[in-house]
Amino acid sequence: MNSGRRQFIGRGGAMLAGLAIAPGMLLYDLAHGRPASGAVRWGMLIDTSRCESGCDDCVKACNKENGLSGGTGPADVQWIRKLELKDSRTGRGVSLPMMCQHCEEPPCVDVCPTAASFKRADGIVLVDRHLCIGCRYCMMACPYKARSFVHEPVHDQKPDVPRGKGTVESCTLCVQRVDRGETTACAEACAKAGHKAILFGNLNDPGSEISRRIKAVASTQIRADLGLNPGLHYEGL
Amino acid sequence: MDLLQARRDTRIFYLLVGLGALVVAAGLVAAHYMEEYGHIVTGMNNQIVWGMPHVFAIFMIVAASGVLNVASIGSVFGKPPYKTRAPLSGLLSIALLAGGLSVLMLDLGRPERIIVAATHFNPTSVFAWNVFLYSGLFAFVGIYLWTMMEKRMNPWSRPAGLLVFVWRIILTTGTGMIFALLVARQAYGTAILPPMFIVMSFAWGLAVFYIVQAAMYGWNEMELNPAILKRLKNLLGLFILSVIYLVAVYHVTNFARHAAFERFILAEGGIYPMLFWGGYVFLGSVLPLFLIYFPRLGGKHHVLVASMLVISGSFCLLYVLIIGGQAFPLSIFPGYEARSSFGDGQIGSYAPSLPEILLGCGGLGVSFLITTIGVRALNFMPRDENTQAGD
Repeated sequence: MNSGRRQFIGRGGAMLAGLAIAPGMLLYDLAHGRPASGAVRWGMLIDTSRCESGCDDCVKACNKENGLSGGTGPADVQWIRKLELKDSRTGRGVSLPMMCQHCEEPPCVDVCPTAASFKRADGIVLVDRHLCIGCRYCMMACPYKARSFVHEPVHDQKPDVPRGKGTVESCTLCVQRVDRGETTACAEACAKAGHKAILFGNLNDPGSEISRRIKAVASTQIRADLGLNPGLHYEGL
Repeated sequence: MDLLQARRDTRIFYLLVGLGALVVAAGLVAAHYMEEYGHIVTGMNNQIVWGMPHVFAIFMIVAASGVLNVASIGSVFGKPPYKTRAPLSGLLSIALLAGGLSVLMLDLGRPERIIVAATHFNPTSVFAWNVFLYSGLFAFVGIYLWTMMEKRMNPWSRPAGLLVFVWRIILTTGTGMIFALLVARQAYGTAILPPMFIVMSFAWGLAVFYIVQAAMYGWNEMELNPAILKRLKNLLGLFILSVIYLVAVYHVTNFARHAAFERFILAEGGIYPMLFWGGYVFLGSVLPLFLIYFPRLGGKHHVLVASMLVISGSFCLLYVLIIGGQAFPLSIFPGYEARSSFGDGQIGSYAPSLPEILLGCGGLGVSFLITTIGVRALNFMPRDENTQAGD
């Protein structure tokens, strides 16, 4: 075999190998993206005085973004819901959106036998769709009733929001959007409706709007007595 | 035994096995149906997330530990009348645990992923500890049975019995902890639940044991030594009283923390107070105590009925604790009345569905099959010829 041929085969082989591997490497990069950073803690500040009673734009936006049916039966999945509260003593009414509070010490993560429930470095609490066995212990442990069990087969799923019958799920803080550098669907919809009741941002960045607001105004965490340090803060409660 | 009798026994044995297999098959069909269509075909929903299967499973798992009482009194505390009953008590423990775990496993949203529970272990999860505790109990009771039934191993039966005793106390503590660690729920999150579960296990396990023993004696046309009957029934009575005591302490102390919940579960909650007072207190406790202790009662048939009532009462108590405990809304905003599309501030509704009940019965079927085949294949018959009841 002459050297030209040898060279051709060698180079050709290397090119073929490159062609075979490169797309995989690209996909690997795409799939993994940047790892969640512990320097960030995503959270929300919800101003209940701006949240309009009867408005459920945040709920609709969440359902659309994450491919949920929007059904409100007892076995239907609801990641976010509107709560209408009435102070038992004074009769004052409060309206607010309720969802996974993305606790720093999430009870759902503690109780999950297979570690399917987990907290990302940036504070987002998620369920690994491949590890969840559907025992529902996390639903028993969540103080906020934030989780839903998928009781029926799911259709028309969004490619970046994997779901599945027989597993538990809850608000992901629109992790697919956050990882693209966007805000959550509910916050966006609330702003679009002109209420701007939901402020999303990085609690660890002292310069962020959410950090500045939390420093300036009185806010509270729901069931703060449990010491879970939720990432969601509420104003006007 | 003559040939005719042996043939009849064999026929009855196969009939019982066939019956048990049929119940197990019905349970499997129900589980398959639930897996195929999802839990939408059950009465469970996003508020009542644990339902009838959990009532059955927890009964069997708690009784599996309690039924070992008899063995523990024999091996650990050295009482001969209980020692002869230790092998049967071990077999029943394995049978009940297998039945309970089958139900729990087949109720999972993704039962085919059960292997994940072994490959991914979360050390902070009491559920994960229980996976370890349950498999340990199978192994240790198996070893314990071996030390009792194999003559060469007899000297080891006492240490093996001690190990099983300690293990099952930890196991039932673990079962109670599943609820005790749920601090956000008004019905649970209290340290009294693990000891309460342990004492419940004593009563329920002994009731199961008595029923199986009565069936075996009946089949073999044998009479239970009256002195031993007296000991067993007094023990059952004591256990029933102890459960009442702990259940009362649980509700009284919980009343101080969650008065609205206790009013619901004990007075205003419809089916739940009815099952608590009528099912657990009257049928499951007062009536059995009457049958055991009332003068001129307390015969073998009375104790048998009392045992059956204790088991019925235990299902009522678990239904109230598990399902009633979830039906009452979580107190997310104390001081506020809440309303939402997700059942906030409202009593959750739950109606047990046929597949759930069949799945639960299938678990009982598994226990029944293991027991029936076990007592037929090996010698588990308690014999009192060489023991003194007064020991």
